[in-house]
Amino acid sequence: MKNIYLDNNATTRTAEEVVEEMLPYLTEYYGNASSMHSFGGQIRHKIDRSRQQVADLLGCNADEIIFTSGGTESDNAAIRGVFESRNQKPHIVTTRVEHPAVRDTCRQLQKQGHYLTELPVDNSGRLDLNELDKAITDDTAMVSVMYANNETGVIFPIEEIARIVKNKGCVFHTDAVQAAGKIPINLNKLPADLLSISGHKLHGPKGVGVLYVRRGTHLNPLITGGHQEWGRRAGTENVPAIIGLGKACELAQKNMYEENNRVKEMRDRLENALTQKCPDSRINGDSKSRLPNTTNISFEYIEGEAILLMLDQSGIAASSGSACTSGSLEPSHVLRAMGVPFTAVHGSVRFSLSRYNTDEEIDYVIRELPGMIERLREISPFTKTAERNTL
Amino acid sequence: MWDYTDKVKDHFFNPRNVGVIEDADGVGEVGSLACGDSLKLMFKLDQDGKIADAKFQTFGCGSAIATSSVLTEMIKGKTLEEAEQLTNKDIADYLGGLPEQKMHCSVMGYEALQAAIENHRSGGTKTRQLEGKVICTCFGVTEKEIEHVVRENNLETVEDVTNYCKAGGGCRSCHSDIEMIIAKVRGTSEQAVATTEQSDAPAAAKPLTNIQKIKLIEQTLNQQIRPALQVDGGDLELIDVIGDKVVIAFRGMCAHCNVAEFTMTEVVEKKLREFVSPQIVVEEHKQ
Repeated sequence: MKNIYLDNNATTRTAEEVVEEMLPYLTEYYGNASSMHSFGGQIRHKIDRSRQQVADLLGCNADEIIFTSGGTESDNAAIRGVFESRNQKPHIVTTRVEHPAVRDTCRQLQKQGHYLTELPVDNSGRLDLNELDKAITDDTAMVSVMYANNETGVIFPIEEIARIVKNKGCVFHTDAVQAAGKIPINLNKLPADLLSISGHKLHGPKGVGVLYVRRGTHLNPLITGGHQEWGRRAGTENVPAIIGLGKACELAQKNMYEENNRVKEMRDRLENALTQKCPDSRINGDSKSRLPNTTNISFEYIEGEAILLMLDQSGIAASSGSACTSGSLEPSHVLRAMGVPFTAVHGSVRFSLSRYNTDEEIDYVIRELPGMIERLREISPFTKTAERNTL
Repeated sequence: MWDYTDKVKDHFFNPRNVGVIEDADGVGEVGSLACGDSLKLMFKLDQDGKIADAKFQTFGCGSAIATSSVLTEMIKGKTLEEAEQLTNKDIADYLGGLPEQKMHCSVMGYEALQAAIENHRSGGTKTRQLEGKVICTCFGVTEKEIEHVVRENNLETVEDVTNYCKAGGGCRSCHSDIEMIIAKVRGTSEQAVATTEQSDAPAAAKPLTNIQKIKLIEQTLNQQIRPALQVDGGDLELIDVIGDKVVIAFRGMCAHCNVAEFTMTEVVEKKLREFVSPQIVVEEHKQ
């Protein structure tokens, strides 16, 4: 049975080099970095080295890096941290297409009495920067806009957005979980105050992430009870994971060129072939500004879960924005915010590649998928009498 | 990962009886593209009045396709009276069970069968209509249908109801109505009514000034309606109040989300009539 993994925006294979780097810290080097003895002290040095590796990937200083338990914690710590700090302003601006880690956290704050603006996107998933500018008022404390979208791969013009926000004197946070490791990030040039990344999305381990906090940003800690991370995130460090994440960042830096060339070529070939071979299919999202590894394709008249089941039987792993795969009855909030018709949302499939994919694997998917789409369309009552865009 | 039985997988990967019967004796169509699944069931009777052939077309997930396929197998050779007795539970059991969140697929099968039989008895004229009061406007589910699944499957919670017929799975503004229906069917209705009356309703006893009325409308929209819409990426704006006419505009997803005949406007109107004044008429502002 084949095992073709095209769901790298969900999670990635842990790089071998990362596992190797981590192993000793799961066995012989079990010291606590806070201890006075040299048994713990050597751990401290390794954590510092990891911090530097992350800082190198992001173009910032090591003391601006806080290790967390993952992207979700980083987003929570950033948003709640600002509102619990000495900030007195009640308004937060975000977008309709954020990851739930940001979206639900903002809505939670709204329930507690804060004001929330969720900016719409256009049909290609792009933000209107004039609208962003208008949405920021004297009451706005913070703006949180994702770097790149997990479902469509659409990249927001984050430097421009950050400049607009900073000109108005607000705190700017960006969830860069999908962008980190895939496209260059340079916090030297990008005036963001807070930025979240996750270990397992860039071939690092699960259960570890980073919150970048620019020097001088006021932030209340989300987790208290210890002096770790300069009191900004209490709790004994997850040493093996932190060391793995450092290594993963170093590797991501090294592989950035390949990601933006070989991986991108495979992605382009996959989506071109599939949209050519399958009639009534469309690509969701701005193809001019998109992560090199992601494609989101809608196949009309059929439902995503059924497509995934067929792919799975052929050993191909992907994901879908359909209602039946979301765990609720509602299809993808991202595609719906983009105004993708229901017919196309239910039949959407996301393929997200990585440097571990091969040309042979892509060929195999191009060979197998059109037949599956055909079979499901034969079962569907909508295929022939399709009345489109009536919804 | 999918928790499907081997039988479900078999009927999904090798569906039986896919297609169209051109001169069918009964046709039942349920669901819609917007709802994410839809089933068209057709049958042909032999001279003894037994179902000689059955075919289906389905748009939907794996279990929707498997349910449709197995349904055609189950009804072949049965008289309409026998077929009519099939419940959604029978269909699910025949498949060796379905995951809880997928039980609505078996209900869709049951409803398509009922619709096809009714279509036959009406001489091919009757197609499925929503009967009675629509409770869930997102998925177009009526009070009657909710009552039926609650009774048939002995359901206890709103979540159960959502799993079995999708009602309440969208904007959630009907959750309290569903609770009332569950209570009614389970015979605890009086209690439920009593508590609701006490808890909510800043109901207006004496005539309101215009300012008071606008304030109350805003308060009702903010408390009763907007939170549910916002969960779903939508929103609504109060545009104008002219006497008893309230003009609103839907924003974001709510602008697109409605079942053809029943719009969110009706939900808003219902709430405003309940909380502000029974004379309220809601109109949607079109740009």
